[in-house]
Amino acid sequence: MSGTEDYPADLPGHGEEAEPSRAPHRVIGTPPPAEQRTLLGTAVQDSPPPAPRELPSDPPDPVKAKRAERIVAALFILSMLAGIGFIAAYIGLEVNSGGLDAVFRSNLALGVSMSVAFLALGVGAVIWVRSLMPDVELTEERHPLASSEADRAAFKETFEEGADTSQFVKRPLLRRTLIAASIPLGLAPLVLLRDMGPLPGTSLRHTVWRAGLRLTLAGSNQPIKPEDFNTPGSMITVIPQGYQDDDNAIAKAAVIIIKFEPGQLTHPTNMNWTVDNIVAYSKICTHVGCPVALYEQTTHHILCPCHQSTFDATAGATVLFGPAPRPLPQLPMGVDSEGYLIAKHDFYEPVGPSFWERG
Amino acid sequence: MPNQKSTDQKMRAPLSWITARRRRPVAGYAVVLLGLLAVGGGYAAVTASGSAASADAPAANQTQIDQGRQIFVQDCSSCHGLDAQGTNTGPSLIGVGSAAVYFQVSTGRMPAKEIEAEMPRKPMTMRYDQMLAVAAYIQSLGGGPTIPTPAMVSTEGADAGLGQELFTENCSQCHNFVGAGGALTYGKYAPALTQSTPRQIYTAMLTGPEAMPVFNDTTITPSEKRDIIAYITKTRSDPNPGGFSLGRIGPVTEGLVGWIGGIGGLILVAMWITARRREHS
Amino acid sequence: MSTPNGAPANGQVEGPVAKLLDQTGVFLDDRLRAAKSTRTFLRKVFPDHWSFLLGEIALYSFIILLLTGTFLTLFFKPSMNTVVYHGVYTQLDGVRMSEAYASTLNISFDVRGGLLMRQIHHWAADLFMAALIAHMLRIFFTGAYRKPREFNWLIGIVLFTLGMLEGLFGYSLPDDLLSGTGLRITEGVALGIPIVGTYLSFFLFGGQFPGTDIIPRLYIIHVLLIPGLLLALITAHLFFMFHQKHTQMPGKGHTNTNVVGQPMYPYFMAKTGAWFMFIFGFLAVLGTFAQINPIWLYGPYTPAAISAGSQPDFYMGPLEGSLRMMPSWTWDLAGHTVAWNVVIPALVPLGLIFTGAALWPFIERWATGDYSEHHVNDRPRNAATRTGIGMAAIAFYGILWLEGANDVIADHLDISLYLTTEIARYAIFIGPVVAYWVTKRICLGLQRKDNESLLHGYETGIIEMTPEGEFIERHAPVPEEQRAVLLAKRPVAELPAPSDGDDEVPAPATRGPVGKVRLALARVITEQVPAATGDGHGNGHGNGHHEPERAAVTAGEPGKALPGQDEAGDPPDSGSH
Repeated sequence: MSGTEDYPADLPGHGEEAEPSRAPHRVIGTPPPAEQRTLLGTAVQDSPPPAPRELPSDPPDPVKAKRAERIVAALFILSMLAGIGFIAAYIGLEVNSGGLDAVFRSNLALGVSMSVAFLALGVGAVIWVRSLMPDVELTEERHPLASSEADRAAFKETFEEGADTSQFVKRPLLRRTLIAASIPLGLAPLVLLRDMGPLPGTSLRHTVWRAGLRLTLAGSNQPIKPEDFNTPGSMITVIPQGYQDDDNAIAKAAVIIIKFEPGQLTHPTNMNWTVDNIVAYSKICTHVGCPVALYEQTTHHILCPCHQSTFDATAGATVLFGPAPRPLPQLPMGVDSEGYLIAKHDFYEPVGPSFWERG
Repeated sequence: MPNQKSTDQKMRAPLSWITARRRRPVAGYAVVLLGLLAVGGGYAAVTASGSAASADAPAANQTQIDQGRQIFVQDCSSCHGLDAQGTNTGPSLIGVGSAAVYFQVSTGRMPAKEIEAEMPRKPMTMRYDQMLAVAAYIQSLGGGPTIPTPAMVSTEGADAGLGQELFTENCSQCHNFVGAGGALTYGKYAPALTQSTPRQIYTAMLTGPEAMPVFNDTTITPSEKRDIIAYITKTRSDPNPGGFSLGRIGPVTEGLVGWIGGIGGLILVAMWITARRREHS
Repeated sequence: MSTPNGAPANGQVEGPVAKLLDQTGVFLDDRLRAAKSTRTFLRKVFPDHWSFLLGEIALYSFIILLLTGTFLTLFFKPSMNTVVYHGVYTQLDGVRMSEAYASTLNISFDVRGGLLMRQIHHWAADLFMAALIAHMLRIFFTGAYRKPREFNWLIGIVLFTLGMLEGLFGYSLPDDLLSGTGLRITEGVALGIPIVGTYLSFFLFGGQFPGTDIIPRLYIIHVLLIPGLLLALITAHLFFMFHQKHTQMPGKGHTNTNVVGQPMYPYFMAKTGAWFMFIFGFLAVLGTFAQINPIWLYGPYTPAAISAGSQPDFYMGPLEGSLRMMPSWTWDLAGHTVAWNVVIPALVPLGLIFTGAALWPFIERWATGDYSEHHVNDRPRNAATRTGIGMAAIAFYGILWLEGANDVIADHLDISLYLTTEIARYAIFIGPVVAYWVTKRICLGLQRKDNESLLHGYETGIIEMTPEGEFIERHAPVPEEQRAVLLAKRPVAELPAPSDGDDEVPAPATRGPVGKVRLALARVITEQVPAATGDGHGNGHGNGHHEPERAAVTAGEPGKALPGQDEAGDPPDSGSH
């Protein structure tokens, strides 16, 4: 009926034992006798006389134990064979220039043998503990974590004595100058980081697009003429000519061009910047910079797959949904003397995500 | 807990092995498993896998165009209008070309049974020659892109590397990096490309079905289209050297497997390791 | 008596092995005086519960990460120099890529065991983070963060944050399309930080995005700096746990001043060794059969390309979800832009969770006035408010997580894409509230169910017929072990009660607006159904009703007796001291 133990509001205190449990139940604190500690030498004998054995020797049922022993041994042998299999698979299965099939085979063989090796060991070890080590339940006393008042007082005294003797407290000039000396040294590591990168300056406001620079198709790097890009509903990614190997440039200058039927493009799209109802928008999302490339022909929506910001391609890429704060900047487009699509000017506003100095 | 052993020990005729074990716990699981296998296998057996024949499209002649018109009036005009001029429910087909008909009909999207946000891929309902006839008819109405020949979609000598670059720049934002599909707005989706034939891929690029943009032959050249087809077909047939692909859609399924398989499985093992030994009375 | 194998009874080992061990022991002890402390260590008692193994999953996953990671560093080239690929994977033949990406392809396809090591490494990272979350939840729900274990709780929160960063940097190293997109988003978020954002971004990337510095920098942070910090913090974490001893679940003989379990040597060593084998085995199985991070399918990173369904690894998912869910708020003030649509998702949701978690042990102490040491865990149902708050946090985190995968969910579960975001925007506020309320009610209900078991025992399935012809089912008292668990409700150290008479002065702790808040919090946090006492046959009634006022324990009514049984005369003070 008692069941519960005392829970004093403050330690220490030993809990009451309920009924004695079946297993050997001993309180830690009295180590076994010196002559039983053969493993750790007989250098210093400072312990009291021995108590009886703490852990039982064997599990209760010898027949079951023997069976368990055989099972565990079999598992360990399995693990050994799997380990040998791992080494054999490594030596025997090549992957270099074997193609994906060879990689698949090697991965499978190495992986299965490694898995079996580890799992067999694990299962064997668990069966060992559960079936071969006799059941035991020990109790260890906790001691209050707080030190005694005397110890605390002694610490306080030592600390205060040392502080006093060190003159640190009594001589403010020493103290303050020491602190003053450590401040610049403490700041030095931060200062050393300055050359990690250039200052942004105005570089975020400009891209490499300039008057006369041709639009080229990403991948094939070919310039494009309006009469080739003439099917309404077409969309393609373009980059500035000559910059196909310049990721820093592409990261701001990637552009999508979309072909519309006459009359579909409306305000606030700048019609002076279009050619034959082909409009060019920055491909860099104004949210956090993912390429906003998903174009739905039927709804004329440009959707960014990262966070679903949606822009209306017929209406100057105004934002319809999602976390993007501003429309996609429109690239002023024209044609050059040979009929290829070119930029007439850089974007008239910064592309990509908002930043503090953007304004 | 007091034992409730049944004291009934009537004499019975010997039971078959399966009847004798019918009350074991594992019997329930076995029945469920058999049921699942039966239903799944039956379903797999009856769903047709429509595969379009890859015969060459013969040159259109007037008989074919007439036949096409007949089929069109019967199967398509209710939504697309008697002269393919379009109605409230279906767009105009004048100028879409035989390639568009090939794509829509060979993927089973057309004739549509009901209007949905997006027409799903289904087994083809027309016969192959019927489809070609309708395609010829539509082509005759207003021209448009034509069905590519087998040579035009052959991936012999194609540059899969360039195909990867082009696909990643222009296609993966909707279809995912290997063509496993992706979500669009208002219930639309970019379908997975696992079943698309080379001709279907070609005609899809050429005609821009539904929400898909158009990639005509002067923007992405036929050679580049073949490169893209090579990339798609090779990648989807490649083995997965790391094990099961988990759908090839990235960390979402990986996380599910890690939590459910990894943590879940390990918790079960932990329960085993720390379980109290059962006391046998 | 001797053992079956004929070994001596008192467990002494004999023979040449014993002599060697002896000599080694003497050699070490002569120099270290280690006999006593090592013996204490060997005899250290570890309590047993499956949930105590969750932290070890994280620990052993970390070790496996170190091992597999070292293998990978032998082959990986952390450089963004451009190379043209001409290797075994034909879909990338002739494609321009960074050396980092090319070396990862090399590890996957040209090094034996390379793909396996890569996959085990990545799965171990996922398992590490998942185990950390599971472990933290276990600590929270059982109240194991209370005094004296607040240090470990705080260290754990720091470990989790470091783990998130470590994983983010690690999977960004191959410079593939998916992780490169993640870096792009990182850059965009950094740019959005007011005043210092552009400088942060330029310093981190060494200039414009993507630059050529980020991968080598992430590399050294990933293989040296953060692992060093993790190792140091994990060591401190384990040291505290050793020094303060592990907590234990409530049970018979388990008190606040003892530890009941099995000794370190040989039991716990064997079990933890087996657990390590299992974790390594599970990771090997995952690395063999579950393809993870197939970078050859993603392709090398280019800032002009993106894939549908781009997600980070799951532990970064809530950040992704908060970015998707946030409406497009920005302020343009006097030539400057404050990008709330980026700053709020980056800082607020996880900031709330981490700050709340870090402060919670101290809030709970302050509110309830409970400053004592706790070494016996709570059953989650017995701390209804705490469990409710934990479930609310899980709901909050989980909704953000799901929103991070909203396009995959929209595609595969046929839900309109915008609808998922709209739902999430409301669910993020409503969900945690509902979760809290439902969980708390469930916990209180479970407490009442426990009381039922204590009072009425459990059903034995034996039906008896009384002489009057009535059928009743015989109940047996709950076994002693179970009884101890059911009765293990800690009494909460009380705040001094406010005055209930005109001549009494309110206790200092409850004065003023702060005091009133404190009292209200105490009332809510300690809300529980007091444990009932009974002999299992239905005696001891009258004490099982809900008593929210801890400061005012009402006297119980005399026990009501069932027909045919004695009147019980249980004392009015129920099982709460």
